[in-house]
Amino acid sequence: MRRPEPLPRFSRGERLVHRSTSVLVGVLAFTGAALYIPSLALLVGRRPAVEATHIVAGLLLPVPTLLGLVFSASLRADLQALNRMTGTDWRWLRRRDRRTARLPVGKFNGGQKLATATVAGAGLVLFGTGILLLAPARVALPVSVRQGATITHDLFTFGLLVLLAGHIWLAYRHPEARAALRTGLVDRAYAEREHPAWARQNR
Amino acid sequence: MSSEAQGTPIGRRVVLGLLGLGGASVAAGPWISRWLGDVAGALSPHDPTGLSALIPGTGWRYYTVTSGFPYEAPAKYHLTVTGNVDHELTLTTADLQAMPRTKLTRDFQCVTGWRVPNVHWEGVRLAALLDRAGAQAGQQAVTFTSYDGTYTESLTMAQARRDDVLVVDTLDGRPIGRAHGGPVRLLVAPMYGYKSCKWLSSIEVTDRLVPGYWEGFGYDQNAWVGRSNGRTDAPT
Repeated sequence: MRRPEPLPRFSRGERLVHRSTSVLVGVLAFTGAALYIPSLALLVGRRPAVEATHIVAGLLLPVPTLLGLVFSASLRADLQALNRMTGTDWRWLRRRDRRTARLPVGKFNGGQKLATATVAGAGLVLFGTGILLLAPARVALPVSVRQGATITHDLFTFGLLVLLAGHIWLAYRHPEARAALRTGLVDRAYAEREHPAWARQNR
Repeated sequence: MSSEAQGTPIGRRVVLGLLGLGGASVAAGPWISRWLGDVAGALSPHDPTGLSALIPGTGWRYYTVTSGFPYEAPAKYHLTVTGNVDHELTLTTADLQAMPRTKLTRDFQCVTGWRVPNVHWEGVRLAALLDRAGAQAGQQAVTFTSYDGTYTESLTMAQARRDDVLVVDTLDGRPIGRAHGGPVRLLVAPMYGYKSCKWLSSIEVTDRLVPGYWEGFGYDQNAWVGRSNGRTDAPT
């Protein structure tokens, strides 16, 4: 029997946005850790260079997404789908048997939708507080604002790292999803199991 | 795609909610960091892993203004006392060990917010070094230079002669390590950390005050903890 044709899931533009953002996040996580964790700071040294790298990567972080919003209709469509939680999505979140219940899940499930929104919101907070911390000491920024921005940047980083760990863990558990972000195509049987409503529309 | 067009725009609400939370957290920052400091202060004595030092706003953070962490072996280290003095001094770590020693236990507070409670320091009073070198009458200030080649700090003569201003070589019972500014650094206990020049290489008595490295970036010359730089920390 012939293997069924895989389904197109992510466009070339979307894959580029994902890949470049993940590289930037990797750089930010490593340089951030080297600035924050004392023993790592000692090991790495070169604080001014690490700091500059962190700043440049941070400023570049929104660029792939912004370019994608302008040039990729598929990214815009996916973001619209991610924005809206349906009754199915809430049921998917609530049920323990969500992976086997054959709920009519669309292109994204409820967990993916909420995680995307949380990462986007936390990412914007990190970007904003990062900009506040960028203002050099000679700019008349009240010290309380600098302190608030520091602690907020730290706390949101911890939260985002938890989400990022979950993101990587789920990617590890779902090789078909990883393949979709590498090749743009997803295994049809996997799509029919995890995203049946979407797979049906693309039959 | 009809089914995707349905549903409520929860994503947008989550993003806006988090932005609001982030804004509130920036506004409440000083309060949050004080609270986290209390939590970490309560946890750290019972924490053999040292992980509580990673709680934001607590534990030592190592700052350098140059590319690396400078290092001078204690055996090769020299501290000079120069400027308007009767006899210039060049002191080794052994010379410092042989002088009358002073111990001091204080919280260490950084101007960026982190605070380390109950740090045990040991060393020599700066006033004793100034006396030994014979600082001349009428001199207004003392300038400190780090052997990192860039960092400087300064105090008025009255501040420099305080009991809680030390040249230290021992931290929590151990020789001061490289990251903490060893083998010898300054400790200006009542002021923010940036006054406590790390990797101390020279002490110069001057007739007028020369602002230090961070003062050039707008930080206060008189950096009393809780009464400068717009901060309200408990004094150390």
